[in-house]
Amino acid sequence: MQAVRYARPSSVEEAVDLLEQGGDRARVLAGGTDLIVLARERRIDVDLFVDVKALEPLTAIRYDPADGLAIGAAAPCYRIAADPAVQEHYPCLIDCATLIGGVAIQGRASLGGNLCNASPAGDGIPALIALGTTVEIAGPKGRRTVAAEAFCTGPGRNVLTSGEFVVALRAPPPSDRAGAAFRRFIPRGEMDIAVTNAAVHLRFDGDRVASARVAVGAVAPMPLLVEEAGAALAGTPLSEATIAAAAAAARAAARPIDDMRGTVKQRRHLAGVLVTRCIRIAAERAGVQP
Amino acid sequence: MTEAAGTRRIVVEATINGEPQEFLADERDSLLEALRDRIGLMGVKEGCNNGNCGACTVILDGRLVCACLVMAAEVEGSAITTIEGIASSDGLHPLQQAFLEDAALQCGVCTPGFIVAAKALLDVNPHPAEDDVRLWLAGNLCRCTGYDKIVQAVLDAAGDGKESA
Repeated sequence: MQAVRYARPSSVEEAVDLLEQGGDRARVLAGGTDLIVLARERRIDVDLFVDVKALEPLTAIRYDPADGLAIGAAAPCYRIAADPAVQEHYPCLIDCATLIGGVAIQGRASLGGNLCNASPAGDGIPALIALGTTVEIAGPKGRRTVAAEAFCTGPGRNVLTSGEFVVALRAPPPSDRAGAAFRRFIPRGEMDIAVTNAAVHLRFDGDRVASARVAVGAVAPMPLLVEEAGAALAGTPLSEATIAAAAAAARAAARPIDDMRGTVKQRRHLAGVLVTRCIRIAAERAGVQP
Repeated sequence: MTEAAGTRRIVVEATINGEPQEFLADERDSLLEALRDRIGLMGVKEGCNNGNCGACTVILDGRLVCACLVMAAEVEGSAITTIEGIASSDGLHPLQQAFLEDAALQCGVCTPGFIVAAKALLDVNPHPAEDDVRLWLAGNLCRCTGYDKIVQAVLDAAGDGKESA
């Protein structure tokens, strides 16, 4: 390991100061499952780990029927998966919190860290996008919020500037007739990186889809919100035709690469398949027969 | 392990295998390096050193973690269980006995991680189905056994009725 220092600030302001003073070589340490590997393998140069796990807003998980869900950016996946309110109202987040890494990774890894790591294949990100999550950021100039779909700007890149870090992820309150789902494709049963992943959130008004948000991952430099796919579903009841149109829109939005995990052709195909599956599961969770 | 300029020594207090301990570490040490090189708990193995293989699996405050993905400085005030803390003074833990009887190891490098992970499983699910065992142990890699004997050993240990020992 490079000669990294360790700090455990006791306030958000102290963390901002440490990060701002440290510049690019100071990094936020949450679960460490990405950061410690990046530092050890010298894929980043780092002087200081700023451990944010002593900060209450970064580890709390709070649900309020009027305000929705606030997940502290450093809350580990196992706590998200075990939270009764998340289980009841946001099963889409259970889908991802229970399949990122194995048990030992879920003991530490956070959805906030998954988002900040900004992997194109990050398994937490499409669900955050589909749910309409806003990302609450603290920094030298105070707080700001960014929509989850606007947070990642490229592989390993995000909108955070010097001194900024993510405090919490805020998902809107659930509605009665709404449902969401996340699915990924990997060639083995578990512990793998997605060849492609997708998430869908549907809100119904009667049988009609009132709004739809469709997100796909590992098919572009960052996870994508596919507005055309949402538009193909919204305004009418779900039908084979609208589902097929949404899947086609997801395939059209995909601009994947060939790599060791999959080909352009396979990933584009999977974007359609996974969006179709997520639509059906989301509808079922909303209590609507697709 | 050479110490680069600018690296500080730190004192960490933690409860390790039931014993309160105070140890010196390098500020940049991982928990894995601290357990092995500072405390001498050589049962904790280094495999991949990047979170994929599970050879360094330990229980940190009741949760399974890869010790290579935790900084030593982070465990101040925590409780840690390693393979050295699994057996009681009366003898082997049922999991350890089952691994021996079922020949669930060959080279043995992955075994401490498997046993610690399996103990954490039996603590929350004393009678797991085969699928539960395979899913739970997905983060532990073995290049010798082909896994079947490991899974069988965990199922046998669970059948013993002494799994929460």
